[in-house]
Amino acid sequence: MPRLVRALALPALSLVVGLAALAAGLALAGYDAGAGLAALGRGAFGSTFAFTAGTLTRAIPLILIGLGFALALRAGALNVGAEGQFYAGAVAATAVGVALPALPGPAAAPAVLAAGALAGAAWIALPVVLRVRFGVLEAISTLLLNFVAEAFVSLMVTGPLQEAQRIYPQSDPIARGAWLPFLPGTRVHAGLVVALAMAVLLHVVFARTRWGFRLLVTGAGPRAAAVSGRIDTRRAVATALLGSGALAGLAGAAEVAGVSHALYPNLSPGYGFTGIAVALLAGGRPLAIVATGVLFGALDSGAAAMQREAGIPAVAVFVAEAVIILAVLIAGALARRDARAEAPEPA
Amino acid sequence: MGVPLAPDGALTARLALEGITHRFGPAEALRDVSLQVAPGSVHALLGENGAGKTTLLRIVAGLLEPSAGTLRLDGAARRFRSPRDARAAGIGMVHQHSTAIPALTVAENVALAAGWAVRPAELARRVAALAERVGLPLDPAARVETLPVALKQRLEIVKALAVETRVLLLDEPTAVLAPAEIADLLTLVRRLAASGTSVVLITHKLDEALAAADHVTVLRRGRVTLDGPARLQTAESLATAMLGGAGAPRDAAPQPAPPGATLVEASGLTVPRERDGAPGLRDASLVVRAGEIVAVAGVEGSGQRELLRAVAGLAPPTAGTLRVEGTVAFVPEDRTTEGLIPSLSLTENVVLGRDDQAPFGRRILDWRAAAGATAALLAQHDVRAPGPGAPAAALSGGNQQKLVLARALARAPRVVVAENPTRGLDLAATAAVHARLRAAAAAGCAVLLASTDLDEVLAVGTRVVVAARGRLLEAPPGADRDTIGALMLAAPA
Repeated sequence: MPRLVRALALPALSLVVGLAALAAGLALAGYDAGAGLAALGRGAFGSTFAFTAGTLTRAIPLILIGLGFALALRAGALNVGAEGQFYAGAVAATAVGVALPALPGPAAAPAVLAAGALAGAAWIALPVVLRVRFGVLEAISTLLLNFVAEAFVSLMVTGPLQEAQRIYPQSDPIARGAWLPFLPGTRVHAGLVVALAMAVLLHVVFARTRWGFRLLVTGAGPRAAAVSGRIDTRRAVATALLGSGALAGLAGAAEVAGVSHALYPNLSPGYGFTGIAVALLAGGRPLAIVATGVLFGALDSGAAAMQREAGIPAVAVFVAEAVIILAVLIAGALARRDARAEAPEPA
Repeated sequence: MGVPLAPDGALTARLALEGITHRFGPAEALRDVSLQVAPGSVHALLGENGAGKTTLLRIVAGLLEPSAGTLRLDGAARRFRSPRDARAAGIGMVHQHSTAIPALTVAENVALAAGWAVRPAELARRVAALAERVGLPLDPAARVETLPVALKQRLEIVKALAVETRVLLLDEPTAVLAPAEIADLLTLVRRLAASGTSVVLITHKLDEALAAADHVTVLRRGRVTLDGPARLQTAESLATAMLGGAGAPRDAAPQPAPPGATLVEASGLTVPRERDGAPGLRDASLVVRAGEIVAVAGVEGSGQRELLRAVAGLAPPTAGTLRVEGTVAFVPEDRTTEGLIPSLSLTENVVLGRDDQAPFGRRILDWRAAAGATAALLAQHDVRAPGPGAPAAALSGGNQQKLVLARALARAPRVVVAENPTRGLDLAATAAVHARLRAAAAAGCAVLLASTDLDEVLAVGTRVVVAARGRLLEAPPGADRDTIGALMLAAPA
């Protein structure tokens, strides 16, 4: 399967380059690079606790947001507003989770997650309308709504959703029945199952369904798709973006239901943006996004350990993340240039 | 600007192209093109889209290096490796669309083009003086985004003339102008020539070439088909050179088909142009019956595009009635942006537009069946391809077009609509496409074809309709090239 080898070789090589850059950076800055990388590795994979409570737990929102970005990208649309949709999902999940304490157990968590997904889709609805009706670039409108979402969360945790004492800028905890349980024998919540199920679902959608095919042709050749007479490209773009927003909203709800159990400002350490890198690194392939999501989860988790154990600022790991992304983008650009050189030029 | 003399005393051409050939991969865009532009003259370069005009222009402007041939400027052989080289040698280029920066003023745009780094007051004075000198008044302080199209074009010309320009290339400058503005532009072109600048006017409009040019060169399919003084030409002679030389090898004349059921019926049809919404086709009536191939002849932009796209259901008419029976298969003009998606596989391209039909499935697609059907289609239509999984970009133009046609016919259409289906194809691929269209008609389809190539119209049309200035005119049965050429010019404006 040379195709699979090729698909895996590039991210693996990028990872090596990224870690090498991190090591070089640490050495240049006077840190013990070996100790730093060792702490990074322990923090990410050193124990079941580190792997599940750290790496996998952080991978959940990254996978869901990465899947959402890939879904929009397939139709040629850029959703860079996952951060905002994540917060919209978190707010809705909190509102439902706090308001319905009497909700019976089995229905509570699904209700909270569904509320988050709906809110994520609702948060992207305005950019969708602007794009489809007026041609406003969704890359700009979704980005700008991130700032609105952060302000919206601040408003919520100091207003309608503030905790009962009215002291701290945070919400009351959501009902216990709505908390996502840990998977047996681990410290990672059941949101992981949801994320994996979404990855498989999206894989099938892309590979097998007519909707997935219509998204592909809309993204790859919008004129040809429209002229084929069968494909409403605006509908394809709209559905892809709404699905993208729903996945980011789901990520926000899973974070509330599985990790924080309440709404805080700064709930996301930039998941909405790291998720874009997760999707790009995987080339937009849903199953590969699981792998890259875990990778970035590991880097985040390891960075915290690096700071704790080796006294190296956690932000240093951004160097590795940035180099990995750049390596993948450069390799992709080179591959496209080669492909162009081989293709006949239009006369 | 003195006029240099060659050693033998003859006038040296300002710009001379000798045996220019240019290939894009295996495709030859220009073949052995030679022409001479005299100092202080207006030289019209005529040709349909795809004839090679733009490629030639890009070579002169330094955007492309020719595969073979020599370019001489005032007798000296030159090689331009970049547009900057050409600019420094005195080649000025006015592109079809404005290249000015909308947010800057007229004066700032001129300064940018000319490389003037001076104080604003000085700049305004200098730009005003320049505009005055070339006779194109412009307000130096006006922001470009506020200018109407004609003034933006005027700015482009002023930009080109801001530094010494020996040859001014105008790429279809009248395409964006209203008739009165066109007259002004042609007057200006004459005046520039009188002051010593050589002007190359690229156009596909015959009347402009006849009105403004001293000399005309016509390109067709990358070769020079006519070259001579404009005063010796007529609209008919230019049209013949552009659309197809007499005596070209031709299939046997098609037989008029026995009348079948009417499958396309248009009456009083008006269809807006995609570009600007102005009516591209006006009050057109047409009937296409089963078994016949109706070929629409006409120069680019005569309304044939709007007619075909309306019949294909892609352009809603604003007036009139249109009835189309059964499935329509549409073969668009541009096979790499509208026909196929080059980055996707042949199988994916074959499924495009048929993703709700057997054998591919409905909501869930059966890729195994699709790959099998694609392989069968490739074999049946003699499409040379590595396999169903290869990207469409890997195919030659002829094979891409065969695939587009194969896919269209696989939908079991009753009506086949094809826009310039053989543009840019070699003879073998052209013959294959024609054979498929004839077979479709013989099998009971109504075929509606538009072509800017008169040879093609005469070769495959069982009936010929002429599109001219947005109107449709029926050609009499058995009409020859001259009759059709006359109809193209006779249509009321």
